Amino acid sequence: MTTMQLIRQRRYAGIFTAFSLRWERLLLGLLAISLVFFFWWLIVAFGFVNPVLVPPPERVFASFTRMVAEGALFGHIWASLWRVLQGFMLALLIAIPFGVAMGMFRIVRGMAEPLVELLRPIPPIAMIPLTILWFGIGESSKVFIIFYGAFFPILINTMAGFTQVDPVHIRAAQTLGAKRFHIFRDVVLRSAIPYMVVGARLGMGMAFVVLVAAELIASSEGLGFLINDARYRFRTDEIFLGMACIGVLGFTLNRLLVRLEKRIVSWKR
Amino acid sequence: MRELSSNEETEFFAPEQGAKSSGATPAKIRVSSMSVKYPTRSDDELITALDSINLDIIDGEFICLLGPSGCGKTTLLNCMAGFLSPSEGAIYAGGSLVEGPGPDRGVVFQEYGLFPWFTVAENVGYGPRIRGLPKAEVKEITNHYLAMVHLNGFESQYPSELSGGMKQRVGIARALANRPDILLMDEPFGALDAQTRELMQEELLKIWEAERRTCVFVTHSIGEAIFLADRVIVISARPGRIKADVRIGLDRPRDRTSEEFFKLYREFNEVLREEIERSRTI
Repeated sequence: MTTMQLIRQRRYAGIFTAFSLRWERLLLGLLAISLVFFFWWLIVAFGFVNPVLVPPPERVFASFTRMVAEGALFGHIWASLWRVLQGFMLALLIAIPFGVAMGMFRIVRGMAEPLVELLRPIPPIAMIPLTILWFGIGESSKVFIIFYGAFFPILINTMAGFTQVDPVHIRAAQTLGAKRFHIFRDVVLRSAIPYMVVGARLGMGMAFVVLVAAELIASSEGLGFLINDARYRFRTDEIFLGMACIGVLGFTLNRLLVRLEKRIVSWKR
Repeated sequence: MRELSSNEETEFFAPEQGAKSSGATPAKIRVSSMSVKYPTRSDDELITALDSINLDIIDGEFICLLGPSGCGKTTLLNCMAGFLSPSEGAIYAGGSLVEGPGPDRGVVFQEYGLFPWFTVAENVGYGPRIRGLPKAEVKEITNHYLAMVHLNGFESQYPSELSGGMKQRVGIARALANRPDILLMDEPFGALDAQTRELMQEELLKIWEAERRTCVFVTHSIGEAIFLADRVIVISARPGRIKADVRIGLDRPRDRTSEEFFKLYREFNEVLREEIERSRTI
């Protein structure tokens, strides 16, 4: 929560409720989006920009309805979503055990940390050439790129979660008769879960960032393909549409994860 | 070492005698020529936090460890809890050597140490639960101790939703619900405001009178020590030694505003000031 929000909340206390604050945020967000659309429409309508390069909003919307009617859009969305989910799940499956091992055992951490720090700055896009050689141009290479992008945020946050356990909680558990198993289940794991959820959220974000890059590798469907294909056909409206879809999709998934996070760590205020 | 003057209500005696005099009854906690030293960061020199401590605490006694900050009173408590192991000497609790933390010694922490991911009831029932008691019994114990600290109705709240005083009530209930022989408390009311603090002291005494556990209570507040303790152990500034071992003879419930209370307060104040000044000149 930002300072401004805190100040505002105090001013609202008693007169307005938290409910009205939520509506205010929603309205402000909608207002900003409407303004962007308005200026977009304005600069195209008054000829400030070339409408071939910047299509007016109504043309993007028209291509949206057309592609929905043709059934093509959902095919692309689903193809991308499925790749993201596969890569992301794979990243969870592999990064969490490694993260736990790094967090729990000093020797593992000591060995793995330099490796991780060396690999982490390599952007997933730089992995594309190697990925093509390794996995070809099929589905697995795209999933691998997404996996690679999501892997490090999950790994590093999981590790952090398992190293940042408050010693007073371990002591408290010990004096209540907790054995190693209890301490792991009721203290260490519990303290680490919020970090792991944050890691998953950041990993999901990265998965979307590298999605288009992954789909640049000879694909025949997906939002990345849609954007790239539209470039060859000079259909800027479809490029805009593809980008908007990625934005909305990423936003929605992030929202779902935020909600999940709030449920899992409901004890945190 | 300066001898404290004795008066009608209170008998002061040197710690060496204290250890011997209670030798007849088996001590609940025995600290036997214990020292704690740790290395400094810069060189090989060792800092002596506690120096040859001898202390016998009998069953059901309420002990306050009093001393200036940094004198090692918390270190002594941590050794009793088993969080720290002494460099020399040993501690026995209930006749057996302390080698680590255990459920026979409940601890109430200054920073509460509640599990934030558990509700109030889950925190209080944690000890009985992991001991494998049946659910109904865990619930019964939980309710009993929650009622004791006046927190019925807060079972399903999370610690983050409670005030400091309420959190520490949960901390006390959680320690007691595990039925320890010994209750160790490390400045449990240190973070509370003055009014809440006095109220909590009174409630703690009521609980202690009902449960009769052996209590070791660390504080730097003279008033708190005199109000609570059967015996006040004054620990000197580094190296921590037992400076005085004072039996408080005032009748319970004690009146904080009585003449005898003030008299004791002044005497302890003098000893503590001396210690603080001494530690400053080192």
